[in-house]
Amino acid sequence: MKDLYLVYKNLTRKKMRLFLTTFAIFIAFLIFGAIMTLRGALNSGVEMSADNRLVVVHKTNFTNPLPYSYVNKTQTIEGVKQVTHANWFGGYYQQPANQVVTFAVEPESYLAVYPELVIDPDQRQAWLNNQASILVGERIALANGWKVGDRIPLSSNIFSHKDGGQTWEFVIEGIFRGTEEKTDTSYLLFHYKYFKETQSWGGDSIGWLILTTVDASMNESVAKAIDSNFANSNAETDTSTEQAFNKAFIEQIGNIGLIIFGVVFMAFFTILIVVGNTMVLAIRERTGEIAVLKTLGFASIRIFKMVIIESCLLAFLGGLLGLGAAYLLIQGASEHLARFLPNLVLDQNIIMQALGYMLLLGLITGIAPAISALRLNIITAFSRD
Amino acid sequence: MSNIMSQSIAVIVMNIRSLPRRLWMSLAMVFASAVVVAILLAFLAMAKGFEATMQSAGSDDIAFFMRTGSAAELNSSASRDQVSLIENSPGILKDAQGPLVSPELYVIVDGLKKSTQQEANIPLRGLNQRGVDMRKGFTLTAGRMFTPGTDELIVGAGILREFDGFDLGQEIRFGKYTWKVVGVFSTGGNVFESELWADAKVIQNLYNRGSSYQTVRARIGSPDDLTAISEYLKSEPRLTHEVQTESAYFATQGKSLEYMAIFGWVISSIMALGALAGALNTMYTSVSDRAMEIATLRAIGFSSMSAFIGTMVEAMTLAVIGSLVGALAAFIFFDGMNASTLGGSFTQVVFSFQLTSDLFRQGITLALIIGFISGVFPAWRAARVPVIVAFQSAR
Repeated sequence: MKDLYLVYKNLTRKKMRLFLTTFAIFIAFLIFGAIMTLRGALNSGVEMSADNRLVVVHKTNFTNPLPYSYVNKTQTIEGVKQVTHANWFGGYYQQPANQVVTFAVEPESYLAVYPELVIDPDQRQAWLNNQASILVGERIALANGWKVGDRIPLSSNIFSHKDGGQTWEFVIEGIFRGTEEKTDTSYLLFHYKYFKETQSWGGDSIGWLILTTVDASMNESVAKAIDSNFANSNAETDTSTEQAFNKAFIEQIGNIGLIIFGVVFMAFFTILIVVGNTMVLAIRERTGEIAVLKTLGFASIRIFKMVIIESCLLAFLGGLLGLGAAYLLIQGASEHLARFLPNLVLDQNIIMQALGYMLLLGLITGIAPAISALRLNIITAFSRD
Repeated sequence: MSNIMSQSIAVIVMNIRSLPRRLWMSLAMVFASAVVVAILLAFLAMAKGFEATMQSAGSDDIAFFMRTGSAAELNSSASRDQVSLIENSPGILKDAQGPLVSPELYVIVDGLKKSTQQEANIPLRGLNQRGVDMRKGFTLTAGRMFTPGTDELIVGAGILREFDGFDLGQEIRFGKYTWKVVGVFSTGGNVFESELWADAKVIQNLYNRGSSYQTVRARIGSPDDLTAISEYLKSEPRLTHEVQTESAYFATQGKSLEYMAIFGWVISSIMALGALAGALNTMYTSVSDRAMEIATLRAIGFSSMSAFIGTMVEAMTLAVIGSLVGALAAFIFFDGMNASTLGGSFTQVVFSFQLTSDLFRQGITLALIIGFISGVFPAWRAARVPVIVAFQSAR
């Protein structure tokens, strides 16, 4: 107990320095928490993908359409459990800058292929029954303040309505949530049939197919069977697992992602180095006092522990405050950023990593002065003064 | 006045000379401000490089037609009839063969990125010789132009740099069709170098586009001619297009990485707060380390002003050294760095980081702010502490 009091006294002897050091550590972990969450959000599509889900796209590029007939042709391939399809609508709300991810889908099979989307049964039925309605993800609804029953105009930067203009009017019949916090719920779904009937180009083409296999072990054979089935046709296909597809998509953002995270991590470690340096010096200053403690009969190992505890306390004080602030920041930001980054979640993984770094910071900055305190020869210490 | 000057200079020299005594603390401050500056410059250089790649692509004497609301070339469309209507628009220059108009197609194909070995979107642009002539700075750096009506294409220098399989003479397969690379072109580093070019008619054929195009470019005398064209577009009900200068279009596209610059400022400002805490620690340590000296000087008649200035100069010097180190590091590591990312048309844009002198100035300003704040409070303390207290605390 007395030791802790001494540690406390040592920590608070220079209030200004304590404050500044804590603040610097606070900043470091604030950045760490925020940036790791951001990274997690970017990668969540890969992390959350189901292992028996495959994506079939046009071989030239996924923006090229596929013929509608592929839906039924794919369904008959062995190992395929359920097939659904989607079209990119290029949707935006009110202004072109306010993009809203919108897919035209076949409702029942889509929900069957994505079981992680949860909807109230009544709302589900209402959406299925009303062709001119949309189903809205929870996050995007929150971001735009939409409620069930609202009528909203939705424009497309690709398609034109056959009655003229680029704007469709939809009524919101339901809002879907995810089974997990990280499930993406930042998009809108509406009926493919209605899309086909109301857009001016006509034509029976779909953007891509999504299907589930009977078992994940069959993924490879099913993918091969699909691609060879459509080989040498006018629209050859490229089938990959949802995970591989999402990963390739994220990597399109390119090395600038890598550069950003690299640079920010460098920042994080720099702050730790600068702070660590201060912490080491703060203890070094007290060589004389440590010699006094030893003269008074404090065992070396006891002093060693006190020094380590002091530096760890400081690391955790600043670190936990910083992580807490990052959490609050993300809570506040996630609503505003739902449009761009759907899955801002500071999860357990990040917290554990942060705690690890705090411990590391405490130990590394404590260990050097603690060892020199352990080895300190009383006589040389006093003569040095 | 000259007295304060000479006193200050004496104190400054003393402070700087005693720096080695506080070597680690001082280095920590230099290091911290260096990293803050380097990080800020990295982000700004990224945004600047992207913006420059886009902006330098646009010309003021090219009118650019897109379907209203399409926001990017990829989403636009124009039927053969609509192209003919646009050709009749007033304000468009003509030569012996008719109006200088280039209807173009913009198709996305997959390319294998060197850095990740993953497939990424690259644009295959369909155009004719008129369209090629509208690109300023266009030169073939190797091979020859594609022959109209054949499955030949020419490849931009940026694509060649970042993607595998596009070397001169190579055959590339997109889906069912095979293309042959017959030339490599440069447009002086702008966004067109991130594209593949081939004959528009061939692309219409292979990609089931019938006779339709996506965007239209037209040569105009000056940007003022746009008013007449706009009015013509409005008065013609069969046209659903809007017009702007090509440079205006690319200026908007160039803004899409602007959030990077904002993000950079936010991150480095937060970082700067952290660095500031470290720097203040350094300077307070410096003042308490020199408490005895300061007290002595004050006792023999040096003014408190000189103590203040001495500490300020020390702080500013450390911050400026840091910012120079940071700027140099940013220049070595980031200037000219090649990067590629998704642009507005959903395709890869190859660009390089650009550190301009304006960005350097911003970095050094930030460091000076850190230096000033980290100097002013400790300097105040150095100047204000009564001589007797200073002697006591130095004991």
